[in-house]
Amino acid sequence: MINQSLKNLSQLLASKAVSSVEMTQTFLDRIRQYNPDINAYITVDEEKSLAQAKAADANIAAGTATTLTGIPFAQKDIFCAKDWKTTCGSKMLENFIAPYDAHVITQFNNVGAVNLGKTNMDEFAMGSSNETSYFGGVKNPWDLTRVPGGSSGGSAAAVAARLCAAATGTDTGGSIRQPASLCGFTGLKPTYGLVSRYGMIAFASSLDQAGPMAKSAEDCALMMNVMAGFDARDSTSLNHLKEDYTAQLNQPLAGLKVGLPKEYFADGLDGDVAKVIETAIAEYKKLGAEFVDISLPNASLSIPVYYVLAPAEASSNLSRYDGVRYGHRAEEYDDLMEMYMKSRAEGFGEEVKRRILIGTYVLSAGYYDAYYLKAQKIRHLIAEDFKAAFKQCDIIMGPTVPSTAFKTGEKTGDPIAMYLQDIYTIATNLAGLPGMSVPAGFSHDLPVGLQIIGNYFDEARMLNVAHAYQQVTDWHTAMPKGIA
Amino acid sequence: MALDNSDIKRIAHLARIEISDAEADKTLTKLSGILTLIEQMQAVDTTGITPMSHSQDVVQRLRDDVVTAANQRETFQANSPAVENGLYLVPKVIE
Amino acid sequence: MEWEVVIGLETHTQLKTKTKIFSGASTAYGAEPNTQACEVSIALPGVLPVLNKEAVQCAIKFGLAIDAEIAPRSVFARKNYFYPDLPKGYQISQFELPVVGKGKVTIQVPAVGKNEAYEKVINITRAHLEEDAGKSVHGALEGMSGIDLNRAGTPLLEIVTEPDMRSAAEAVAYAKKLHELVQWIGICDGNMQEGSFRCDVNVSVRPKGTTELGTRREIKNLNSFKFMQQAIAYETQWQIDTLEDGGKIQQATVLFNPDTGETRAMRSKEEANDYRYFPDPDLLPLEITEADKAAVRAEMSELPEAMKARFESEYALSAYDASTLTSSKEVADYFERVIHAGGDAKLAANWVMGGVTAKLNAEDKSIADSPIDAAALAQLIRRIADGTISNNAAKQVFEAMWSGESDVDAIIEAKGLKQVSDTGAIEAMIDEVLSANQSMVEEFKAGKEKAFNALVGQIMKASKGTANPAQVNVILKEKLSK
Repeated sequence: MINQSLKNLSQLLASKAVSSVEMTQTFLDRIRQYNPDINAYITVDEEKSLAQAKAADANIAAGTATTLTGIPFAQKDIFCAKDWKTTCGSKMLENFIAPYDAHVITQFNNVGAVNLGKTNMDEFAMGSSNETSYFGGVKNPWDLTRVPGGSSGGSAAAVAARLCAAATGTDTGGSIRQPASLCGFTGLKPTYGLVSRYGMIAFASSLDQAGPMAKSAEDCALMMNVMAGFDARDSTSLNHLKEDYTAQLNQPLAGLKVGLPKEYFADGLDGDVAKVIETAIAEYKKLGAEFVDISLPNASLSIPVYYVLAPAEASSNLSRYDGVRYGHRAEEYDDLMEMYMKSRAEGFGEEVKRRILIGTYVLSAGYYDAYYLKAQKIRHLIAEDFKAAFKQCDIIMGPTVPSTAFKTGEKTGDPIAMYLQDIYTIATNLAGLPGMSVPAGFSHDLPVGLQIIGNYFDEARMLNVAHAYQQVTDWHTAMPKGIA
Repeated sequence: MALDNSDIKRIAHLARIEISDAEADKTLTKLSGILTLIEQMQAVDTTGITPMSHSQDVVQRLRDDVVTAANQRETFQANSPAVENGLYLVPKVIE
Repeated sequence: MEWEVVIGLETHTQLKTKTKIFSGASTAYGAEPNTQACEVSIALPGVLPVLNKEAVQCAIKFGLAIDAEIAPRSVFARKNYFYPDLPKGYQISQFELPVVGKGKVTIQVPAVGKNEAYEKVINITRAHLEEDAGKSVHGALEGMSGIDLNRAGTPLLEIVTEPDMRSAAEAVAYAKKLHELVQWIGICDGNMQEGSFRCDVNVSVRPKGTTELGTRREIKNLNSFKFMQQAIAYETQWQIDTLEDGGKIQQATVLFNPDTGETRAMRSKEEANDYRYFPDPDLLPLEITEADKAAVRAEMSELPEAMKARFESEYALSAYDASTLTSSKEVADYFERVIHAGGDAKLAANWVMGGVTAKLNAEDKSIADSPIDAAALAQLIRRIADGTISNNAAKQVFEAMWSGESDVDAIIEAKGLKQVSDTGAIEAMIDEVLSANQSMVEEFKAGKEKAFNALVGQIMKASKGTANPAQVNVILKEKLSK
């Protein structure tokens, strides 16, 4: 059961071969067994999950169920879920019980899905290895000495170790795609504005986007049908017509024009990873896709631009954590200023503080134009690069990450080496474009992801492109050893 | 634009994060590295380029002026470090 | 040395919306602490702002009212600073691109001492939308403050002037005019005690005749015109004294203490602020089209400036009268109702600005509470115009009406105030007075012109004010020339 697609799980429930309570219990048992090692979940509440499963079973019995009713999903701990502890991986929110549901949570609740628990993540989604979590690092199920990627590292490990049917994640600079690549599954970051950010704890508001993390493109499509949609409570939510993301899955790929940005195959890309990507390209050629060389000349500036814009927005977004209304407050202080200074110094971890300081600095008097404004202008150039590229092709492909999963602790002392993990993913966030990572093979027994970038609102076509590949390959069904 | 220790202290104060001298030293090294990375931007000529705040060219939607929020004070304050008579308590605010 | 004071105002106007600028929480005043503080108001993790349409309409109204540029595209920005009544750690405001640009407000500065009343144009720099902060409540617990976030997120329009004012009187006249205007166009309830209209006043001084601006100090949160007058007077003198003593003015934010009449620098603002403004990524640019403006304009009633011009041309009123009558919408509407009920315009203007206003001021009432409605005043005015009663008699009728009597004609009848215009009756009265005052007649004939007025006075007295004064004049002259 644990390696079944969402469609099959849905059929098992519909045919009453398995109840949602049984299915949920199966995953809860696996979490009990494996989570102490992997640390994918911060909060598990069996009672709450089973109550939802029971309600789902009632719906199934009453014939009011839909496709995802009764299926257990893991939710990244960045989404507020009413009455659930919602920590965002931070000591600051260690004891915060969310009093409301994020839009994404509401959408899953509305279809009767089961919330299996809240997954571990880099603190406030700032990190690429899950090592910045206050609740400890997450281990990569393919090799427990390595990181799962981040920031959605808990969701990634949960999907890879089959500790859930599928999971949600968020992606600000690669936080869905990079862990999908490192843990060998399918992850999609939709067009900015397609999934409401309401109730999703903000890191960098103009870049944050929620998306599905699942075994296959088909699973992602089914989740997108639930997650995407207009929400009046998010001013940046786009009023895009509701789509069925499964509708185009089986379209043939003949004549598909795929662009290969030369910048994504330049220095810095691991040779073995490059080989895996080349093999995947060869497979696509067999499926009838045509390849063209393209260029994204400003893509190399993505990282500098991102490390101005994201910290700037974050420094402001994280100002609300002041120990006044909720969250961590220092034990001892003499006055208001000291209460602020200590509560924030104690409540935030090192990487979060570092980014708050960078953000504060680049916005401070005298530096705004040289940093923030300059970054916004280059952001525009990067978006224009993609616009020009999509005149030559339908889809862009390349590696998701320059290398495979690295050892725990390997990059913690060197923030810049860590930041380079996102070199191929950040540009799509800056442009607001959708991006995916699809399992494409292994290098030294570690998963490698193929990145698929689409034009705005082209998720259905991207899922089709990924699905076609997954019909002729089985990388996405591979399971880590030791996770039976 | 080389940073020094006093810059770190000033920024940390603006951000309301207490920082010891030792931490400031460590932070200085890391932040300087990141700023060097950021400096790559200065090589690009951005004359005449409009800054981009949002990826989509859309305008603000407006909400009807209708009360939709109910009083949830007790629920919200269950998360509060210190409350008294419905007020959030903080050390005395000096104007 | 002679000094000149330079004053600019920033006014925080709470907009009359039902809900907050970025959430559906109520803005009603006076609720229990934090019961109108929804998840957005208290800045829970994950919440997002959505702009209130009504707040935008209010801004457009104001822009139209002061003939300002209304930005086709304006942007919300975050102003970052930490304060317990500011739950997000930033205030959503507008910085580089405000919704309302340059405009003008014309003020009437009243006569003071030997200085005559005059008109002046105050330039508005900008007006922008922003959210109000919460409130700190002191004294609930020793050494602690309590934070109430009911007010947090209430929509504000901050209206900023150029440093155009040169006296406390001008500043107060501007503030009063603005206060009236925002109520006139219905965007603010004007309740200063509840903080709906709060002024920050920037004051600096410079040697008269120089053009460079002195260093300014900002007096925060003045919520009465009287305090504004006192605060500016004190602050101006303090700055002059400081400079004359060889001191320097440091830029500062100060508070006015109504008990001592003094200003003092705020401790919380001692350190220089670095607000790190940047466009709020949670909000998109606010677009206002010509059609949006036209729709708002169509809904708006006549503006004071237009009404003033109309009063001048339609009712042949002086600029001063027209301006006085349009200083408040209630007064202007009352005046027009008097005219529509048949009252002569010039008389109506005199009575509204004179008798009615004097009475209202004396009793601290607004025109809505006037015991004499427009129709009744019009009736009184008609009786003056048609010669039924004299102006003097009208004053008696007015007094009776103010005390609650309503029927003008009945009062005239009961008090016997009807004006005598019958020539025969007047002649008889004059003859009687002349024969009783022969000495005055002699004096007049001897060339003492004053005696004529004395005789008129005697005749009017004899008629108990009912004789038609014009006729008395004519007949008396005739009789004396014989």
